[in-house]
Amino acid sequence: MTVLDIRAVTKVYGEGAATVHALRGVSLDVEPGEYVAIMGSSGSGKSTLMNILGCLDIPTAGRYLLDGVDVSRLNDRQLALVRNRRIGFVFQSFNLIPRTTAVANVELPLAYAGVKAAERRRRALVALDMVGLADRAGHEPNQLSGGQQQRVAVARALVTEPALVLADEPTGNLDSRSTEDILRIFDDLHAAGRTIVLITHETDVAARASRLIRLFDGQIASDVQQDRILA
Amino acid sequence: MSLFEVLRFAVRGIGANKLRSGLTMLGILIGVAAVILLVAVGNGSAQQVADRIEALGTKTLTVQGTGGGQVLTPAVAQALHDPVLAPDVTSVSPVVSTQATLTYQGTDHAVQQFVGSYPSYFGASNSPVGTGAAFTDDDVAQGRRVVVIGKTVADELFPGTAAVGKELTVSGALFTVVGVLDEKSSASGFMDANDLAIAPLTAVQQTLTGYGAYNSIVVEAASSAKVADAQSQVSLILSQRVQVPAGSTSQPYRIQNASQLLETQTETADTFTTLLGAVAGISLLVGGIGITNIMLVTVTERTREIGIRKALGAPRRVILTQFLAEATMLSLLGGGLGVAAALIGSRFTIVGVRPVIVPSSIALALCVSVAIGLFFGSVPANRAARLRPIDALRYE
Repeated sequence: MTVLDIRAVTKVYGEGAATVHALRGVSLDVEPGEYVAIMGSSGSGKSTLMNILGCLDIPTAGRYLLDGVDVSRLNDRQLALVRNRRIGFVFQSFNLIPRTTAVANVELPLAYAGVKAAERRRRALVALDMVGLADRAGHEPNQLSGGQQQRVAVARALVTEPALVLADEPTGNLDSRSTEDILRIFDDLHAAGRTIVLITHETDVAARASRLIRLFDGQIASDVQQDRILA
Repeated sequence: MSLFEVLRFAVRGIGANKLRSGLTMLGILIGVAAVILLVAVGNGSAQQVADRIEALGTKTLTVQGTGGGQVLTPAVAQALHDPVLAPDVTSVSPVVSTQATLTYQGTDHAVQQFVGSYPSYFGASNSPVGTGAAFTDDDVAQGRRVVVIGKTVADELFPGTAAVGKELTVSGALFTVVGVLDEKSSASGFMDANDLAIAPLTAVQQTLTGYGAYNSIVVEAASSAKVADAQSQVSLILSQRVQVPAGSTSQPYRIQNASQLLETQTETADTFTTLLGAVAGISLLVGGIGITNIMLVTVTERTREIGIRKALGAPRRVILTQFLAEATMLSLLGGGLGVAAALIGSRFTIVGVRPVIVPSSIALALCVSVAIGLFFGSVPANRAARLRPIDALRYE
């Protein structure tokens, strides 16, 4: 069963003379266990696509099935549920809640899912351990390096065991060593059978994915399966 | 997600930014405390005025001559003492008063009121004698030079020693102190009610004022309830006895009644309270704008955080509840502390007035500040929670 199935999705921003066609009809399937990298120059629509995939934004037209569910028909509450249960999102700018400890940040999606406090703490610590930050659980975001913050964000994306992990330029703000740390986590996730969609404009990041999609001017320019290059 | 969890989130949200939370609470605290205290001060001064007038005696009438005419003659005073025409009048005390300088062993004291009257004046003017005794009718008949002095006079002339039995000089005449009045609260606030001396009418006329008309006549009614009756009886007698002088339309005397005085004074005090209330209302408004401001800033600043929470799957209701709970806690805590501050502040005398808390002002101030906090905490939070997550995340 396809995890992601989008059909002829378009996204238009603004009106009249200021109209911007960010997506001009994108169709895409992603099977479970795929590791998809989306590349494209700035303005190609890759971030817009990612936001739509993450249910953070809604398409102007087209159909989006996530795990077989048409998300364009969901109301606010159901969308919140989908974001919470099906999707783990990793942002370029980490987006941790400030002045809140790492473990509390990781617990947050579980709290919204209604998981009990003790169970929540346990699962959050497991997720933090997975990204190698068990010893930093009590640190607040401003006490962590960029790489560590992003690893906390990855732990937060994983903690609900979502069907789909979306990462919007997760290494864009990181140095090469932190980038390596993050990519290794994604490699492990892929090996464990998770579905990952990742945006990047770095070829060496894209090279580690099993499938590479290039966007150009709001449309898919190429879509190839590739042999993963493991560092 | 349970309500308890949301409340925990709210507590964490407040704790995450202590300075901002503190300032918000301070704004509410000051607004609430100012309203309660200012109204309490207004109310306190109103009560003080009422108490002072109460102390004057509420069952007396004062007849005063106006226009410098020699109206209040002994014959008039005699006529008022009429069990048939004026059955509700229990005592009539003619009063002469003047300013005088009292001297005792080289110490001078200028007394504001040197009163000459009858013994009934003590009761009518609500001036009980503390130590010693009042003079008697016999003293008045004999014109004995005895005097009862007020507390201020006693403290000035006889500091630390008993005044009773001492002899003091008033304009060259010797008077023997027979009593000291109880301390009395100052009636008007401008004049010291304890700075007076009371002597027999005849003695004062002999030595100080001469045998002219009286300054006033204090009439005591049988009870507070009979004051109005007594007033009409007195005014009837006076209208028969006193001729309206040619070329004048008004009567050459005026009858004052303590309850009338009380009414006007209470009205004045009410105006004062309203004024203070208005000032307090403005400070609450300013405080409210402060709260509004900080709530708007807080929520706007946290729009990104709301975006993150939504991206992680927080439903709108949960986000709203969290922000509403934060605003409620801040407002209630700030308001509660404001009430506490006002209650503590009201224990102290402020500008000579002992504040008396008006319970409704507490409710009002608390309600207004909490309402402002809630409204301006929840409206922007609602707006932010309605945004698509991506718009909230991109918010600068």
